Amino acid sequence: MTSATEPIISIDHVSHYFGSGRLRKQVLCEVSARVDPGEVVILMGPSGSGKTTLLTLIGALRSTQEGSLKLLGEEMYKARNKQLVRLRRNIGYIFQAHNLLNALTARQNVQMSLDLHPNLTTKEKKIRSLEMLEAVGLLDWANYYPQELSGGQKQRVAIARALVSSPRVVLADEPTAALDKQSGRDVVEIMQRLARQRGSAVLLVTHDNRILDVADRILQMEDGRLSTLPREQLIGLS
Amino acid sequence: MIFAIPLAWLQLIREKVRLLVALAGIGFAVILMFIQLGFRDALFDSSVRLHKALEGDIFMMSPQSTALIALDSFSRRRLFQAEGVPGVESITPIYISFALWKNPADRSTRSIQVMGYDPSQSIVSNDLLPDSEALKLRDHVLFDRDSRPEFGPVAELFEEQGYVTTEVAGRRVTVGGLFNLGASFGADGNLVTSDINFLRMFDRDPGLIDMGMIRLQPGANVDQAIAQMRKEIQEPNGDVLVLSKDEFIAFERDYWQNSTAIGFIFNLGAGIGWIVGMVIVYQILYTDVADHLAEYATLKAMGYRNRYLLSVVFQEAVVLSILGFIPAFFLCMVLYNATENATSLPLHMTQERGTLVFCLTMSMCVISGAIAVRKVQEADPADIF
Ligand SMILES: Nc1ncnc2c1ncn2[C@@H]1O[C@H](COP(=O)(O)OP(=O)(O)O)[C@@H](O)[C@H]1O
Ligand SMILES: [Mg+2]
Repeated sequence: MTSATEPIISIDHVSHYFGSGRLRKQVLCEVSARVDPGEVVILMGPSGSGKTTLLTLIGALRSTQEGSLKLLGEEMYKARNKQLVRLRRNIGYIFQAHNLLNALTARQNVQMSLDLHPNLTTKEKKIRSLEMLEAVGLLDWANYYPQELSGGQKQRVAIARALVSSPRVVLADEPTAALDKQSGRDVVEIMQRLARQRGSAVLLVTHDNRILDVADRILQMEDGRLSTLPREQLIGLS
Repeated sequence: MIFAIPLAWLQLIREKVRLLVALAGIGFAVILMFIQLGFRDALFDSSVRLHKALEGDIFMMSPQSTALIALDSFSRRRLFQAEGVPGVESITPIYISFALWKNPADRSTRSIQVMGYDPSQSIVSNDLLPDSEALKLRDHVLFDRDSRPEFGPVAELFEEQGYVTTEVAGRRVTVGGLFNLGASFGADGNLVTSDINFLRMFDRDPGLIDMGMIRLQPGANVDQAIAQMRKEIQEPNGDVLVLSKDEFIAFERDYWQNSTAIGFIFNLGAGIGWIVGMVIVYQILYTDVADHLAEYATLKAMGYRNRYLLSVVFQEAVVLSILGFIPAFFLCMVLYNATENATSLPLHMTQERGTLVFCLTMSMCVISGAIAVRKVQEADPADIF
């Protein structure tokens, strides 16, 4: 169904509201955008402008209230919860906080993502998880628990977890916010490189001007409205 | 997902202190249930110890009798009538009463159950009462070595001297032998003696007996004999009850279970243990879910279904119940042993009670799991990030 030209994410006049009655508040306003396979797109904008809300809609964590939102060709407007849960398995989600499972080792955390794909044997899952940890430079830390890892290492495990099942889309919500400059840069570069290798599209929310050069395209969100910015202008700002 | 990562197990063993607290709590509840139900069953078992030991096929008692401790007497003639029923081999009239026993060591007195019967017949097996020769002598009795210790070191004295003398019902008697029966909640100790000695001790009408035991010839039809006795003796006269051995046992057990508060009290104790355990497990599971809420939301964002997270909580509940049960079970065996030695009550671990308490433990954990999982619904990935 997905040809080379068909977008992975296509957003068409999506609006979103929180609350009801007099407290009803519009957070997204007729947002339209598309992300093509293999593209790296950065989403910027001030705090409270609706970036996370948009990401949760794309990530099938909420149902779309208004407008059309298609992920991998599937319409998510009025989608049933069951369909949303199934769609989530095609997405690699990276959160601002790493959200690793504390009771599991780095390798087991990565493997949790593969357990959702039942066509692999336990051994294959283990090997793939270790390969993925090697790709983020953490093979030696495979048997460590999250508490024993640094912030940058944890976020790299989270990236390995998001990417190990080769998702068609990676959604990252300010993944470098809690990291220092160097590890933030490392994390984004690893993410970009691995996504490219696997042909996954990346939609990355960030405030960090220093990492804009990894993007193919930059979108700007302001008060729930989306606009495209020429990259040169932003790099000039930084 | 059979070979998937066992998240429930890994989460439980990650928090070692919490796991130990949980297991201690569950173990406490298990022990409480075992003790309460154990005492309850011991009471009921001890109350029918004599009934089980009596080697008769059919029993006769007054319809006014409610239990061994509240016997009414009936005419011996009714028992003699039964002798004529086809299939009957022998009949044994039994007198039962309570009397004050004087402790031969410190002279304190205590109420003891006394049974009188014709010693040329045996009423219990040889294992329990090996030698009744002494009963043929005047004012001789046999003492139950499993009576409570408050009656004095009778068995020890007897083994030393070959006899013990003391007073029963104000009369000098000689203990000329020992037997094994055991204390019950109704009777702290037992004596047996001959019918003649019994009548001397209590000054009663020999024509009124407390219990009648009937033995049938080998191969005789018990049901048929009972039916005939009921038709010919019980129904026309209305002053006796004819019971099979099982009915006789059930009659006594029924009194203790239903006509006293004891069954209720012990069941209540076990119920409290069950509830305490449930609260503890709920606390543990709830805290566990609350601590892992962000992690659970992440799993949902990855595409794990609610059902998976519910199963994690239930698996934790089941693992907790099994791990908590096992050590408590073995500890209870030790406790039962110690209690049996201290109280002369028949307290054993039975397969039935083990299964019952295990099921109670399991249900306790699963129900608290079912309450705690409601918290999992709060793990909404859209709201948490
Ligand atoms: N669950 C919610 N209920 C009500 N209002 C919300 C909720 N989530 C976000 N908002 C509001 O929506 C707006 C956009 O939030 P968000 O998408 O988190 O912005 P950003 O990620 O760009 O900082 C904010 O004003 C926020 O207060
Ligand atoms: Mg945000």
